[in-house]
Amino acid sequence: MISFQVNAKRVQFDGDDDTPLLWVLRDHANLTGTKFGCGIGQCGACTVHVDGRAQRSCITPVASVSGRSIKTIEGLAPGDDTLHPVQEAWLEFDVPQCGYCQAGQIMATVDLLERIPNPTDADIDANMTNICRCGTYVRIRKAIHRAAAKMQAGKPGGGDVS
Amino acid sequence: MSAEKSDIEQRLNRRQFIIVGAGAAGALVLGMSNEAPAEPGHSDERRLGYFIEIRPDGNVVIGSNQPEIGQGVRTALPMLVAEELDVDWARVSIAPMPLGIVKTADGYTWKYGGQGVGGSTGLTSNWQYMREVGARARAQLIQAAADRWGVPTEKCTTEPGFVVCPSLGERIPYADLLADAARQPVQEMSPPLKDMADYRIVGKRQKTIDARDIVTGKTKYGIDTRQPDMRFAVIARSPYLNGTPVSFDDTEARKVNGVLDVFEIKGPAPGEPYDILASGVAVVATSTWAAIKGRNALKIEWDKGPNASDSSEKFWAQNAGMLDGRGQVVVDDGEFDSAFEAAATKVTRRYEVPFVNHAPLEPQNCYAHVTDDHCHIIAPTQMPSGASRSAAWATGLERDRIDVEFTRVGGGFGRRLTNDYVAEAALISKHTGWPIQLTWTREDDVKNDFYRPAGTHELRAGIDADGKVVAWTQRLASASKYYRRPNMADDKLWEAELYADDFPRRIVENHRLEYFHNPIGVPRGSWRAPAHTVNAFVIQSFIDEIAHETGQDPVQLRIDLFGEERELDYSNHGGPTFNPGRLTRLTKFVAERIDYGRKRPQGSGVGVAAHFTFGGYAAHAIEVTVSRDGALSIDRIVAAIDCGYAVHPNAVEAQLQGGTIDGISTALGLEITVKDGQIQQSNFHDYPLARIAAFPSRFEAHILPYGEVPTGVGEMGIPSAAPALTNAIFNATGKRIRRLPIGNQLKA
Repeated sequence: MISFQVNAKRVQFDGDDDTPLLWVLRDHANLTGTKFGCGIGQCGACTVHVDGRAQRSCITPVASVSGRSIKTIEGLAPGDDTLHPVQEAWLEFDVPQCGYCQAGQIMATVDLLERIPNPTDADIDANMTNICRCGTYVRIRKAIHRAAAKMQAGKPGGGDVS
Repeated sequence: MSAEKSDIEQRLNRRQFIIVGAGAAGALVLGMSNEAPAEPGHSDERRLGYFIEIRPDGNVVIGSNQPEIGQGVRTALPMLVAEELDVDWARVSIAPMPLGIVKTADGYTWKYGGQGVGGSTGLTSNWQYMREVGARARAQLIQAAADRWGVPTEKCTTEPGFVVCPSLGERIPYADLLADAARQPVQEMSPPLKDMADYRIVGKRQKTIDARDIVTGKTKYGIDTRQPDMRFAVIARSPYLNGTPVSFDDTEARKVNGVLDVFEIKGPAPGEPYDILASGVAVVATSTWAAIKGRNALKIEWDKGPNASDSSEKFWAQNAGMLDGRGQVVVDDGEFDSAFEAAATKVTRRYEVPFVNHAPLEPQNCYAHVTDDHCHIIAPTQMPSGASRSAAWATGLERDRIDVEFTRVGGGFGRRLTNDYVAEAALISKHTGWPIQLTWTREDDVKNDFYRPAGTHELRAGIDADGKVVAWTQRLASASKYYRRPNMADDKLWEAELYADDFPRRIVENHRLEYFHNPIGVPRGSWRAPAHTVNAFVIQSFIDEIAHETGQDPVQLRIDLFGEERELDYSNHGGPTFNPGRLTRLTKFVAERIDYGRKRPQGSGVGVAAHFTFGGYAAHAIEVTVSRDGALSIDRIVAAIDCGYAVHPNAVEAQLQGGTIDGISTALGLEITVKDGQIQQSNFHDYPLARIAAFPSRFEAHILPYGEVPTGVGEMGIPSAAPALTNAIFNATGKRIRRLPIGNQLKA
């Protein structure tokens, strides 16, 4: 039995130790906001936070998160009516097209902004390796800069940052 | 069926019927649809029905009956309804509708209007109709209010959400009029539509209506379907094109924790029309991962089938050999041979464009629950009626026993025009009796696609002493997109690869198109802007090559060729006319924006291209730098689209940006190859979709409006992106890219 926290709730899993965290979240915890894209850590659609750091859950064996704290897209916003500033910036720039990759893009961005609060374009290029098949990169870049500014300014809604 | 429904139906023109019913909370649903004269799934698949729900609190729910694949149709079509209905857009939400088909004496017809998206027609085929939907509903509301007040309708008008009578000084919320409005007859002729100058919603910057659900992870894609007692399935597919299982040993697979069943799925015989793509072995389990582990543990002996010796190397060599002979001449205007012979300058070039994978980020998947007399399908699909037919094939059930729901789709790109994965899921559920969700892994998707056709193009042009292009031919050897289609004559295969009326037809008078079909075993299908992505690359590259050979400026040569505004006949999809002057306007615009004439430092260059795609026009200007060691940097992109009237500007801009990125990503590094009858790529490590770092922050997407009629926008942004990039590379380095992808050619 493997036990860990997901979005501040305790989850127990009694399946195979090598099950990727992605499938535990999607098929057992019913948290389908975290997406399956490639299964080999390439596309980043499955990005979650493990103890506050972005990680690709499709190549994260569930045994490796025993006792740790996971945050998924469903747990990012501080409340039903309050979004994380990265989510706000995503809405402000109308980033999503098909939307499938965006949970992973947002989780990766939150992690980026914690490590590099005011990233340059070069920082974004070096750190944002998630794939968007629709090509929303132009607006993702703008939204990252905006989210950085919002978080720097400490505007309302910027409370919960893993 | 409610009393209201039958009452109103009797008053309707026989070509129309209405769907009206009382909603759960006292809300009323108004709807109307045209009957489709033909079996759904043919050319008129995209006609639209609708429904409007006005809640007691005045909030409005507008039914979205078209598949949302990221093109914005869930927002754009309700905008049209809301505009004419005259409601406050901030109070509108959307409700996805299922597939609606109704069995009649003449076959199946649409319940909610044609449902399906492809060919950039989602908006254009519904532009008039959806506005009329809103206008008719508004007229009914006005009539109801006028009756209540005892005044003629001419004394009444609307303000968002209200019918008002200025002379009485009265106003009534729509919500309070619904019951009466629903009893009003729907006029056969639509009321007059709004003057476009008065639009408050359409043509304005609106955001994706369900974006909040996306950024909070609430949106349910097909793959997120969770139903009671649902099991999870995957299929081990033949690694060989048209291969089949000879035998399999599932001893180890069945030992995997959670594996419930293992059995063979039979695909179509090679060459036969397909409902599913490949033969294989299905594994059903209690979770997706258990199914994948079970699949990994299978031991399968494969019959390699008839394509075991197919290879890309052989394909390209065969193409080259074919082009040395004579093919099927499919267009032959003027006198190409004599004009070419007499030309002062002759230019001949060959280009190769590879097979590519659709790679929507949401892998193929489908939920199916098949019982003795019913089938329930939930799938991400561009063609829900095709899903219905696939499920009918797999189950043997009548289509009126099959319910199809379709979700927001994690990318379409043409892949989900084909519903093979729906048939597979239905077969698995039928075999097991369980509700199941079939999921494809990324490897399944990369190796089992209906790929964009690959081909070798030979272009020849004759140019007179004044630099005028007087003769032009395009000779193409390719694997036609028309793959294993029933009743497809060999002499029609070219029609998917060469659009006869494309530029430069009717512009260069001596014009010939010649085709050679190379029937490799790689499955082919529609990949976003199908042949345009390929032909724009070769044609727009070739114009630059002609310019270079004859000492002309590439942008000026384009402007000379496209010429002034005029309507040329265009019989292919996107017609009936093509106005090359609209490409002139875009070409000039992007060239000016990027400061085309500016002297650039060594290693830097700029390239321009423009193309007409399915009714819409786009152009790109791209600036690059190539280092001494061949590292390519895209420094700046200027893209422009003329989509006529831009209904939903945010989506137009997004499609232009995204199409540009798709075109560049594909040109930079994407190729599917075959060796010994097997697809060699398997996932994003060897099929590397471009990341954000490939694209500059200096990226402009411009909408240049034209007139009052919208064109589609989903495919127009792609075709001219790749040739603008390779033209820029030539300008920077003198290196001409004649084979895609660019890959490491600059390092050589």
